[in-house]
Amino acid sequence: MTEPITWTCTGCALLCEDIQVFIKDNRVEKVEHACLKGKARVYRCKHTAISTVDQDEVDVNTAISQAAKILEKAKNPLLYGWSNSTSEAQVAGIELAQTLGACIDSTSSFCQGITINEIMNGSVPSCTLEDVREKADVVIYWGADPMSSHPRHLSKYSYFPRGELRQRGYEEDRTAICIDITESRTAKICKGMFFSIPPGGDAEFMRALMDGLAGRVPKLSYDFDVKRILELAAVLKKAEFGVIFVGLGLVYSIKEEFDLISEFMSTLNKFSNFFLIPMAGHFNMRGFNHNLHEKTGFIHRVAFTKNGPVPGVEYSVVEQLKHGADAVMVVGSDPLASLPLSITRRLKDIPLILVDPCSNLTSRVADVTIPCGASGIEVGGTAVRLDGRKMDISPLIRGNGLSDEMVVRRIMEEVS
Amino acid sequence: MTSAMEIYQLLPKTNCKKCDESTCMAFAVALLSRTKQCTECPPLMEEEKYIDSRQKLETILKPLEGAEETGLIIHEELCSGCGNCVVACPVNVANDPYGSGKGFGPTNGKVIFRVENGKVKAANIEECRRFGKDRILCRACIDPCPTEAIEFV
Ligand code: SF4
Ligand code: SF4
Ligand code: SF4
Repeated sequence: MTEPITWTCTGCALLCEDIQVFIKDNRVEKVEHACLKGKARVYRCKHTAISTVDQDEVDVNTAISQAAKILEKAKNPLLYGWSNSTSEAQVAGIELAQTLGACIDSTSSFCQGITINEIMNGSVPSCTLEDVREKADVVIYWGADPMSSHPRHLSKYSYFPRGELRQRGYEEDRTAICIDITESRTAKICKGMFFSIPPGGDAEFMRALMDGLAGRVPKLSYDFDVKRILELAAVLKKAEFGVIFVGLGLVYSIKEEFDLISEFMSTLNKFSNFFLIPMAGHFNMRGFNHNLHEKTGFIHRVAFTKNGPVPGVEYSVVEQLKHGADAVMVVGSDPLASLPLSITRRLKDIPLILVDPCSNLTSRVADVTIPCGASGIEVGGTAVRLDGRKMDISPLIRGNGLSDEMVVRRIMEEVS
Repeated sequence: MTSAMEIYQLLPKTNCKKCDESTCMAFAVALLSRTKQCTECPPLMEEEKYIDSRQKLETILKPLEGAEETGLIIHEELCSGCGNCVVACPVNVANDPYGSGKGFGPTNGKVIFRVENGKVKAANIEECRRFGKDRILCRACIDPCPTEAIEFV
C-alpha cells in the first residue's frame, strides 16, 4: 500500500493533527485515527456546487463578475460566514470588506464569539489543549457535549490520555465533571459527576457555586441538593490545574449577563487554578476572530466606515439580515439551514452571493453561486484551533477549482 | 447484552436432550458461549410451532457470530470513532505508551484497538487482560464507550 500522509482534520475546531490518510490516484483510500465526523469531512459534499447566475449555470468568470457587480452596487453589503475557511481566505475577506466599506461578521457572532472575546481581552485565563493533556486534573464540560460535537476531545486531550503530571490518566488522576440540562453522551462518561440543571439555570448554579466556594450556604430557586454543590466546590478547590470547557449551552443561557463568567473565574481562582476554553465548533471559527482582531481590534460584527472600522451589535449578521444589508455574500456557510427563518426571510429579497464547495439550501435561492475548493481537503493554509493555537492545514488532494481565497481576491480585483 | 435466560425462553423447554445437553438451559448456555449452534436442536429446527422462536433466536445470536475467539463484539454501526477505547485500553497503553497512551492514534501494530475510516477495529485480541492465566475482569474499553459499541460475550 502507498505511504500515508499525515493530515490535520478540519472536521471540527479540535483540528486533530495525527490523521493518516492513504491516497491513490488523487482519491482517498483510507483514513486512520480520524473519528467518524472527520472521516465524513474528507468526503464532504454529496452535491458539489456549480457556478450560477440567477440559478442558470454559467462559467466561473461570469459568476465572479456578477458577484463583483452586485457588491459594488450595494450601499450596505454584508460579508458573512468564514468559520469554514482558512485564515488566508478570512484575511482576504476582511480586505474585501474594507475595500467595499462593508459589514463583516462570522458565525461566531451567535456562537462562541462572546467567550473568545473575554479570553482575548484578558478577562479570563485560558490555556492550550496540550496543557490540558499534560497537567489538568479537573475538567468541567459546562453546557457542552464534546462526545457528540468534538468526538476525540476526551480521548485526545481532556480525560483519557496519560499526561506528564497525570501518568495514571483518567482512572486515578483526572476528574471529569459535566453540568448540563440533558444527560448527554459526555454526561454519561462523567457518571457521578453529572450535575443536571434546569434550562436557563446556569447563572444561578454559577452563583450557588461561588457561594459554596466562599463557604456560604448556596441558595437556589430550583430544586437542587445543596450538599452536592458543596461537594463540587470542594473538588474545584482541591484542583491543581482545572479547566472549564464552555459550551454553547452555557453561552446561550447566560449571554445577557456574560460578565458573570469573569466574576466566576476570579472567585474560583481565589481558591484554585482554573482556565477557560471555548468549545468552538467549525474548524476555523476562532481564526476569524483572531484575524479580524489583528486588522481592526475587534473580533466580529464590524462595519468598515469612512472613519475606519466600527464594532456594534447593529453590524451583527442577525441585525444586518433582518434590516440593514442590501446585498449579502456568504462564504462557507448555509444560513438558510442554520439560522431561524425570522432572520433569513429577507435573504430572498436582496441580492445573495454564495461561495461554497457544496450546494446547500442557501444555494437554491442565491442569485450567484461560486464553487470553491474545500478547505483542508483541496485547499491548504492555516487555521486556529479552539484553544487559540495556530495550525497548518495541508491539502489532501488536487481540486480543479479556485480556493475561496482566490474567489474573494478575484472579486476584489474587479471591484477596486 | 444477550443473556442465557433470554435464549432459554425461546427454546422448546422440554429438556428432550436431543442436543446432547442435559437441559434446555444448558443448551442455552452452550449457544451463548458458541460451543453449540441452533441447528443442533432438532425440535427447534423441525417443528412448525417453533418457527417464530427460531427466527428470533437467529436474530439474537447473529452478533455472536462475529465475536472474536475471546468473545469481543464490536457493534460497528454504533461506533463514532471517538477513540476513547483506543486510549483507555491498558494493552494499547502498555504497547504504545507515547501514541495511544497519550491520546494519539496508535503508532504501531501491537495495539488491540485502532480507528480506521471512522470506526474502531480490533486486533491482537489474545493480549486482552480478560484472558490468559492472570486474567482480570477489565472493562476499560466498555465503560468509556459513549455508544455501547463494545461488549464481551
Ligand atoms: S475530533 Fe474533530 S478534528 Fe478530530 S478527527 Fe474528529 S472531526 Fe476531526
Ligand atoms: S477488556 Fe481491557 S484489555 Fe481487553 S480489550 Fe478491553 S480494555 Fe483492552
Ligand atoms: S469508545 Fe466506542 S464509540 Fe469510541 S471508538 Fe471505541 S468503540 Fe467506537
